[in-house]
Amino acid sequence: MARADPGHVLTGSHYLDGDHACTEGALSAGCNFIAGYPITPSTEVVERFARRIPTVGGTFIQMEDEIASITAILGAAWGGAKVMTVTSGPGFSLMMENIGLGAMLETPCVIVNVQRGGPSTGLPTMVGQADIMQARWGSHGDYEIIALAPQSPQEAYTLTIEAFNLAEKYRTPVMVMLDECIGHMTEKVVIPEADSIELTERRKTDKPPGEYLPFAVGEDMIPDMAHAGEGHRYHITSLTHDEQGYPVMSAEVQDKLVRRLCDKIRNNTDEIVMLEEDGLDDADVVVLSYGITSRVARAAVDDAREKGLKVGRLRLLTVWPFPERYIRELAERVKAFVVPEINYGQLVLEVERCAAGRAQTILLPHMGGDVHDPAVILQAIEEAAS
Amino acid sequence: MFNKAEKIREKYIREEMWPSIFCTGCGIGNVLSYTMRALDELKLDIDRCVFCSGIGCSSRLPGYIEADGLHTTHGRAIAFATGVKLAAPDLNVVVFTGDGDLAGIGGNHFIHAARRNADLTVICVNNFNYGMTGGQVSPTTPVAAVATTAPYGNLEEPFDLCRLAIGAGAPYVARWTVGYPYETIEAIKNALAKPGFAFVELLMPCPTGYGKENEQREPAVAWQWYKENTITRGDLGRLDPEQRAANRKIVVGTLWDVQKPEYTARWAEFVQSL
Ligand SMILES: Cc1ncc(C[n+]2csc(CCOP(=O)(O)OP(=O)(O)O)c2C)c(N)n1
Ligand code: SF4
Ligand SMILES: [Mg+2]
Repeated sequence: MARADPGHVLTGSHYLDGDHACTEGALSAGCNFIAGYPITPSTEVVERFARRIPTVGGTFIQMEDEIASITAILGAAWGGAKVMTVTSGPGFSLMMENIGLGAMLETPCVIVNVQRGGPSTGLPTMVGQADIMQARWGSHGDYEIIALAPQSPQEAYTLTIEAFNLAEKYRTPVMVMLDECIGHMTEKVVIPEADSIELTERRKTDKPPGEYLPFAVGEDMIPDMAHAGEGHRYHITSLTHDEQGYPVMSAEVQDKLVRRLCDKIRNNTDEIVMLEEDGLDDADVVVLSYGITSRVARAAVDDAREKGLKVGRLRLLTVWPFPERYIRELAERVKAFVVPEINYGQLVLEVERCAAGRAQTILLPHMGGDVHDPAVILQAIEEAAS
Repeated sequence: MFNKAEKIREKYIREEMWPSIFCTGCGIGNVLSYTMRALDELKLDIDRCVFCSGIGCSSRLPGYIEADGLHTTHGRAIAFATGVKLAAPDLNVVVFTGDGDLAGIGGNHFIHAARRNADLTVICVNNFNYGMTGGQVSPTTPVAAVATTAPYGNLEEPFDLCRLAIGAGAPYVARWTVGYPYETIEAIKNALAKPGFAFVELLMPCPTGYGKENEQREPAVAWQWYKENTITRGDLGRLDPEQRAANRKIVVGTLWDVQKPEYTARWAEFVQSL
């Protein structure tokens, strides 16, 4: 494992909001290229990067829109950079086209979505968690991505670094699903010494020019990369392609490619998934949450425990790939899942699918603008436990 | 001449991708050979050239060149190429695009890249229609020309792509047609050598799409049309003022050539100054 460059890392304790912490995470991870377009509540991420990056070596560019932003970071990744773009709902929608290109060309990149209330222009300055399904399914065709959900400015920092590591390891777009609350919430953020930050390096090919095939893989199903201008004379295309990167219009090549694009992530779900469990050993009821909602859920769970209820907490740091097997097993031994989300029911569908009737699944929707009232979650726990 | 063509083909063409997808009489193959000739004459290191494109018949060009080729999504080649160039400023970044790719779906990227002036060479194959999808109307289809989605004739005014590029700030802009191979090669050479956003529009026949609908299916007829309906900038200048004002032919030639600070150089300078 490589270590972070001390020149990029602001070691020390800081008071930062989630947006600024996310920028520092990107810098610690060695991100040296961001293309973006201003949108509340994400703009602070790029503003800080625009100020910081010229002093440490790298590029920021404000593009003409979010389609251009996601496209430019993909180009920059093939030009050799470590790349990220940042947006919120309306821009996330525009990015969907070339998030698909990122998945198809297996381009390591990080996409930050500081979620606000939707649909459409929605609530620009207020919180939402309603882009969770879009993160997974927003571009057309079959593909898989990875998505992480920080619950604090500290995690906005650490999970952004993790997002870069996962993007490099699996050669895939990775999303950091922040939200307006965390983005704009200021807390203590501890940035460690650079040499304690482990970074996953790009999977560069060691093949000489003439032997390199851009999409040839071994057992782990992840191809090695070569940057443009390194003498390999490769061709890559958004069309269905073979190992050589050449377009092939056939059901056979399509089958092989799509399976690999999905399975390189699906088959590694257990390794990718990060979750935090608390009090699950004897729990009858599990409150499953992610992002800002976990913090509200925690208050409700603490209250319920004080009342003597057997309730546990499960927090997903990795939202996609969804921890299917884990939830399936948990559903065997608990009575109910309570799922508060700031949307009208998204990730709860996955919980329900995996629980498959073995445990009850209770949605606590909240349409956005602010967070849940912990009393509502407490009440749901009480009902589920009885 | 024949020998030279053979040599160029051997040197630059990705044989495994042959035969090409292009229809008989299509002008896109000419663009390929003119571009390779220009690269060769400039003695550019092909390993330091990157070819980006969007989607369309013309956007398939990078596939036929034995060099790094990045075939992206419809309309997005210039945005993608901007990322490549900014991340690796020493590379020669060339974009192949079509009239639809460039000025329809990709129009916003086109004008902003011209304004930003990063060093890209953009070669647009303008065949007056969406060739790949079977001959639909495009932002450059002439008024009254027929297309599958304008079966009674096009009612919209077309873009003059070169004027658009000039207006948006591109420092080098040229337009030629299939009938001017040497001038086209010179224009591509100039564009490659230009530090900044260089734009070359090449009017090319599409017998299958535009040609079929507009009595230009026969290559000879199409070539004749281009000859009769274009005038070089030099010839235009020699007309008397009245004739010049009355000219309705498409003007070809070097239409704009100025010096402007290039974006990646500016960025490097700014970083140095910190
Ligand atoms: C987003 C999107 N919309 C539509 C298409 C379908 N499509 C493929 S090529 C093309 C038109 C290409 O026209 P042009 O750029 O002029 O290239 P030509 O084929 O004429 O060389 C269209 C509309 C697509 N691939 N992607
Ligand atoms: S459809 Fe037109 S542009 Fe496309 S290959 Fe055929 S002739 Fe050329
Ligand atoms: Mg066209």
